[in-house]
Amino acid sequence: MEYVNLVFEEVYKILFLLIPVLVSVAMIVWLDRRVWAFVQKRQGPNVVGPFGLLQSLADALKYIFKEIIIPSSSNKIIFILAPIITMTLALIAWAVIPFGEGQVLANINVGILYIFAVSSLGVYGIIMGGWASNSKYPFLGSIRSAAQMVSYEVSIGIIIINVLLCVGSLNLSDIVLAQQKIWFIIPLFPMFVIFFISALAETNRPPFDLPEAEAELVAGYQTEYSGMMYAMFWLGEYANILLMCALGSILFLGGWLSPIDLYPFNLIPGAIWLILKILLLFVLFALVKAVVPRYRYDQLMRLGWKIFLPLSLTYVVLTASYLFYFNLLPTI
Amino acid sequence: MAAHAIFFYVFSIIAVISAIMVTVSKNTVHSVFFLILDFISISCLFIMIGAEFLGMIMLIVYVGAVAVLFLFVVMMLNVAQQQNQWFNSKENSGHIPIGLIISTIIFFELIIVVGGWKYKPELSEPNTTQLSNEISNTHSLGQVLYTDYIHVFQISGMILLVAMIGAIVLTFRQRVGVKTQSYIKQISRERSEGIEVLEVPSNTGVKIDD
Repeated sequence: MEYVNLVFEEVYKILFLLIPVLVSVAMIVWLDRRVWAFVQKRQGPNVVGPFGLLQSLADALKYIFKEIIIPSSSNKIIFILAPIITMTLALIAWAVIPFGEGQVLANINVGILYIFAVSSLGVYGIIMGGWASNSKYPFLGSIRSAAQMVSYEVSIGIIIINVLLCVGSLNLSDIVLAQQKIWFIIPLFPMFVIFFISALAETNRPPFDLPEAEAELVAGYQTEYSGMMYAMFWLGEYANILLMCALGSILFLGGWLSPIDLYPFNLIPGAIWLILKILLLFVLFALVKAVVPRYRYDQLMRLGWKIFLPLSLTYVVLTASYLFYFNLLPTI
Repeated sequence: MAAHAIFFYVFSIIAVISAIMVTVSKNTVHSVFFLILDFISISCLFIMIGAEFLGMIMLIVYVGAVAVLFLFVVMMLNVAQQQNQWFNSKENSGHIPIGLIISTIIFFELIIVVGGWKYKPELSEPNTTQLSNEISNTHSLGQVLYTDYIHVFQISGMILLVAMIGAIVLTFRQRVGVKTQSYIKQISRERSEGIEVLEVPSNTGVKIDD
């Protein structure tokens, strides 16, 4: 009986985390389209519900009632598995995100490595979808995305090492608590910029949306998908974007900490601050989408390997020697 | 402990079955997918014995990078046409002796391992060093790796670097006649180089020398 209670408690906690994440993914799609529209002097979705807030719900209904078409020459098992894997991986990473001191589903020692591992698995959904479709455009899209995501993971990993040097722990709560004196965006500002751009590339957002470039590859790996399976790719993609924003706010913007440690700001719960920081980063993501034109493929590779990798490696050396010289290295 | 045992058996059964499926399945891409499943269940086993750092690094390095490159290569080669040709055609049977040698070596190694387990059980007993809860295994790994074994660690890093440079040198070829764009040139173009304003008198036109 104890086991059953324990399992129910965990399931309750997981649902309490996942349902808000899924709802906010739907809202964030609306926000993305609205920001995009306002930059281009359009209105965006504003008809369904107040300010068009229910637009994503209407879209979801449309996807549910659409027919799922499985191409006859495709590899059926892998074709169906691909969107499921994308969606699952995008959601399980949320288990280690801390929303406040002690408010975390799984407070594991290697939280940052867990997020890094799960986000590096994300490429499989895309590769499997592209290969199983057995069609030219999806295949080209998936090959592009494999190369792109592997190369930008390298620079994200080295940026994370920069932060870890200042913290001395792989636990996400410890990373946030280490920023009580100063947020890492101030000493590591160049790394924050590189992290932001790499996160754009890692989540296949414009200007790095080459895997799904609609002008060249129709829609890349999503070409053969329809109905709910397409919607799952789409939800997984936005959940990943939110996750990258959350990671950015935990690593550089002080997670759940309030910007000013004074009386009225202390009362606001940490989760609200974290959500505000995630939203700030997401609006930046949306603005980039509206403003910057798409990169060419060779420029993308050059940016990742010849510019970001040496820059972030140099910054690791700089950070390490600064901390060593002034005897600031974190003690165990 | 019951839950622990159940999880252990689930992960190890998945690991063994997927390892068999890697060699058995006819489609090469399926083999790679089974290999990935194998890596994932092995890293779950690592996490279960308390080596969470090793498990995560296994996921990041093998599943996140190495297997992606495997998949990349296998999907690019058109392996579907080569099915079931390995033992039939003349030019492919050259691999058989090497394969036989490697499998014999692995067989004898397995005999040594299993025999040692049977006759010298104290050799294979797990290391009884107590893991202290105060130091995470990332810290303890780092303390050993960067103090006692620093030279081995540096040498293995150098070997990997040499292998990487070797691969680049082997595949690098100078191509002639490729048109490349120079960013410096493109950015440093001035308005005066691109545009020239001419006074054109009506009815006469103008001659531009290139």
